[in-house]
Amino acid sequence: MNIVVLVKQVPDTWSERTLRPSDNTLDRDAADGVANELDEYAIEEGLRLAEAHGGEVTIVSMGPDKAAEVIRKALSMGADKAVHVSDEALRGSDGLVTSAVLAAVLARTGFDLVILGSESTDARMGTMAAMLAERLGVPQMSFASKVETDGSKITIHRQADYGYDTVEGTLPAVVSVVEKINEPRYPSFKGIMAAKKKPVETLTLADIGFDPGQAGLAASATEVVSFAKRPPRAAGTVVTDEGDGGIKAAEFLAARKFI
Amino acid sequence: MAEILVLAEHDGGTVKKVTLELLTLARAHGEPSVVWTGEGAEGAKARLAEFGAAKVYVADSPDYADYVVAPKAELLATLVAEKAPAAVLVAATSEGREVAGRLAVKTGSGVLTDVTGISEGLVGEQSIFGGAITVQSKVRTGTPIIAVRPNAVSPEPAPGAAAIEAVSTEISDAAKTARLTGRVVAERGERPELTEASIVVSGGRGLGSGEHFALIEQLADSLGAAVGASRAATDAGWYPHQFQVGQTGKTVSPQLYMAIGISGAIQHRAGMQTSKTIMVVNKDPEAPIFELADFGVVGDLFKVVPQLIEEIGKRSEG
Repeated sequence: MNIVVLVKQVPDTWSERTLRPSDNTLDRDAADGVANELDEYAIEEGLRLAEAHGGEVTIVSMGPDKAAEVIRKALSMGADKAVHVSDEALRGSDGLVTSAVLAAVLARTGFDLVILGSESTDARMGTMAAMLAERLGVPQMSFASKVETDGSKITIHRQADYGYDTVEGTLPAVVSVVEKINEPRYPSFKGIMAAKKKPVETLTLADIGFDPGQAGLAASATEVVSFAKRPPRAAGTVVTDEGDGGIKAAEFLAARKFI
Repeated sequence: MAEILVLAEHDGGTVKKVTLELLTLARAHGEPSVVWTGEGAEGAKARLAEFGAAKVYVADSPDYADYVVAPKAELLATLVAEKAPAAVLVAATSEGREVAGRLAVKTGSGVLTDVTGISEGLVGEQSIFGGAITVQSKVRTGTPIIAVRPNAVSPEPAPGAAAIEAVSTEISDAAKTARLTGRVVAERGERPELTEASIVVSGGRGLGSGEHFALIEQLADSLGAAVGASRAATDAGWYPHQFQVGQTGKTVSPQLYMAIGISGAIQHRAGMQTSKTIMVVNKDPEAPIFELADFGVVGDLFKVVPQLIEEIGKRSEG
């Protein structure tokens, strides 16, 4: 099975994240770059499916040169090879443009399964699996908390507020995963050493036949007009429980008309 | 006035609150037309009229619920082509955002997700990076597609005609490739849905075990609230994963959010920071969650919460 896992480098949630005042795009230099958390679950699921059914796991990442770090991590977890789409013209691309570029890469790599995290921790749109399924014309198997396939048919548990739905389709398909699906492995020392020798193909937009004029901030269908730091919340009242903490809490709720 | 399409979310014909919120927002920027999929539109007409729907386009076919997302996007794309609306509004639920994503590809339009307000010129406000930054964004290509965060605005009634108009339910085979074959509904009693609830009571590491979540449920039930959980609690298996509030879970924006035994790591704050009022109970006075608290109690939750439940009971009797 030809499994492609999409991985995105995002600014670390634990660092100070901000936008660039010059063009209101993400300031990638201000924060450490890490692999998007849910993508690690996508990698793990890809590896498990390849272990069960045979086949190869290819990592695809779009991002600046720095994104090579997260590609290397994915390879050290056990993926076989990687494709890194890196082009200055991509800077500032919105979700719609990104999905077009990724679809072009996927047309080149081919795939039985495309697996990705259901949402990134930076943009948090949660739309990429839907956009890719639409562009590629394959079943959308998104928000999966469980994936089963026999190599031609695929069944997932689609997580929902009320529990989950069982959804069926046929391969090839796009799968997005939620945290519940598995427990990602840590790269072993052996894995880290092996990753250094694994092939990483670095491609420009020209290499994938994508018009640079259709990429980047200028070609994006959305723009951030302005941004501002959220003002800190006004300091509230904090009391120490002296046997009447619950009563004081109830008084607060009553004063605010919640009870 | 320009027409604005509003994709309705309903539960077997009962209009969800978020749809009324979308109508309220849409009215400020045009004339809202509801897009209704499946049955139940006749029964919902009065409610939609109360909140200002001018028209209701009804696509009455079970296919919209039986196949994942794609049929709804196809329907909206057809209506966008026919009606040339000023914008399309959907709820920023998991499904709503996916409908928005597919519609964006189909129509070559920009999409804004998790919008908390819309100002003149259809500029959307979004809260990003765990609530640290507020951005104003707009769509500059195609028909603006805006996914609005539930609870971002209060629904306000204003009469509309809600004239029902049946539309074609023809769906291409390409939109029928992911078929829903079963549904497993988790037990949550009579509690409201997490993202829709006006009050959310969440428990975290401080609970110490899954059994102790009964206390959180009891407090939630005394307030008619939904129950949430921190990642620490869902990772430990104390509460089902779909109730997780935070960066890898749900984003909620209720009138009142109560964080019980939750320290307030950025991971969690990302999912609840835009709540209108925040109450905290935690034994550690240094817990970062207190920075967000409108009212906080430093103390043992196993003493404070039962007393609070008792007091709420007394007051509701009185």
